[in-house]
Amino acid sequence: MADTTMGALNGAYAWARVSAASLRRDRLRRSSMVALWLCAAVALSPLARGAVLPEDRADVLYHRYEGGGVTIHGPSVLVRKKMAEKYAVSANYYMDMVSSASIDVEVSGASRYEEERDQYSLGFDYLRGKTTYSLAYTNSSENDYQAETASFGISQDLFGDLTTITMGFSRGEDIVRKRDTISGRVDPGFREPIDRWSYRVGVSQVLTRTLVMNLGLEVITDEGYLNNPYRSYRYVNPGDERLFALGGEVYPRTRTSNAVALNARYFLPYRAALHGGYRFFTDTWGIGADTFEIGYTHPLGAEWIFEAAYRYYTQSRADFYSDLFERRDEQNFLARDKELSTFKSQTLRIGATYEFARSGWRFVKKGTVNLFYDRIEFDYDDFRDARYSLLPASDPRFRAAGTEPLYGFGANVFQAFVSIWF
Amino acid sequence: MRPIVRMKRRAVACSAGALVVLVLSACGNVEPWVKPYERQALADPIMSFDRNPVSSAYMHHVFEAREGARGAVGSAGGGCGCN
Repeated sequence: MADTTMGALNGAYAWARVSAASLRRDRLRRSSMVALWLCAAVALSPLARGAVLPEDRADVLYHRYEGGGVTIHGPSVLVRKKMAEKYAVSANYYMDMVSSASIDVEVSGASRYEEERDQYSLGFDYLRGKTTYSLAYTNSSENDYQAETASFGISQDLFGDLTTITMGFSRGEDIVRKRDTISGRVDPGFREPIDRWSYRVGVSQVLTRTLVMNLGLEVITDEGYLNNPYRSYRYVNPGDERLFALGGEVYPRTRTSNAVALNARYFLPYRAALHGGYRFFTDTWGIGADTFEIGYTHPLGAEWIFEAAYRYYTQSRADFYSDLFERRDEQNFLARDKELSTFKSQTLRIGATYEFARSGWRFVKKGTVNLFYDRIEFDYDDFRDARYSLLPASDPRFRAAGTEPLYGFGANVFQAFVSIWF
Repeated sequence: MRPIVRMKRRAVACSAGALVVLVLSACGNVEPWVKPYERQALADPIMSFDRNPVSSAYMHHVFEAREGARGAVGSAGGGCGCN
């Protein structure tokens, strides 16, 4: 999970300086979820075409995320090849190189840290009649986190190929480790597992000659050590109510979430497309979320495709989240992960694709060069900028704990990639 | 489990299975209301739910790492039958 900006309030107490090594875990529960998702994506990707296997294609992508004191960048390579029109294999390598000094890192008193995550995925598809069977495996590794996921999917075309139904199942096993805050070595006495299950069903329906819709449902259950071993919650310092102290977070050991998404694409009277989507989310931690997206795709000439999109996301906090607890161990479960708080995010995307070698070149049938840029704004409703209460009381910017300004930040996300079809 | 209960359960399972088979076989006879030769627009790459899988996988990763919600983001299909 090397990717998460969200930081980690590492360390047990506010006054305890936490070393960079202890902060590397900032992201854990999500890394394996990403592996789960990627595995499912690899397993189900051919389903997008109904009873047709994916085209032979190779993609080389460079990604870069900058925001909230965090920079994450690296490559991703995806190759897909079919054989005898019945079988297809795919392979993906993905890397995150992280450099983080997020607000959580700053508040904990630690310094910027660096880390790396490597992820490998393999997929296999078998097409028989109008049914596609898919298998996938993903392995993700960090110095203190391992995740393995296996996935199975099946899709079936119906109604003259106007309807595609899909089903999928994924099973993940993670191992959470912890590094020593001083030496950086992995603690041999800390080894916590997480088991994950994901169940998916979906239906895609051609409604008219220009409109297609897609409905998906996914239930995910996790069981195990779901919190970050380095992250802390904060509570009012009993010695001085203007200040705060930190304690280790405690999460429930199970989580089940439900998500339903409806998406549609519409071909306009001229050659361009509109798309829109909505996702409803709820889970057993009390988080409820809504995601809306709308976008427009516009080809220009034979070589260019431009697109723009807007995404709006809003969520309510987890039941056991608080920006500032009244006292230490105030309740059974305690969290101050800003991803569990009440917040909204807005994303504006622009992108361009240029197609080259349209008439082929050697073994290449065609190729594209792609550039995408996303600007994301995060605005938190109950996560405060604790750096203000860490200032000396004599500083005019000082604010007492619980009265600091609400936190928010913007992120820039760049993607540049080349795709070839062969 | 008593034999009568087992038999009842078997009967229910067989009935459900027969119903599924009937429904699916009926599906095969439905006349497509969008003919294959009318699917030119649907076959256009700009109508794909997932035109660049390597890119969409990355963006799902970006959001999932920073938001509490998760799941139901994979493109379940196009159902176009265009190729």
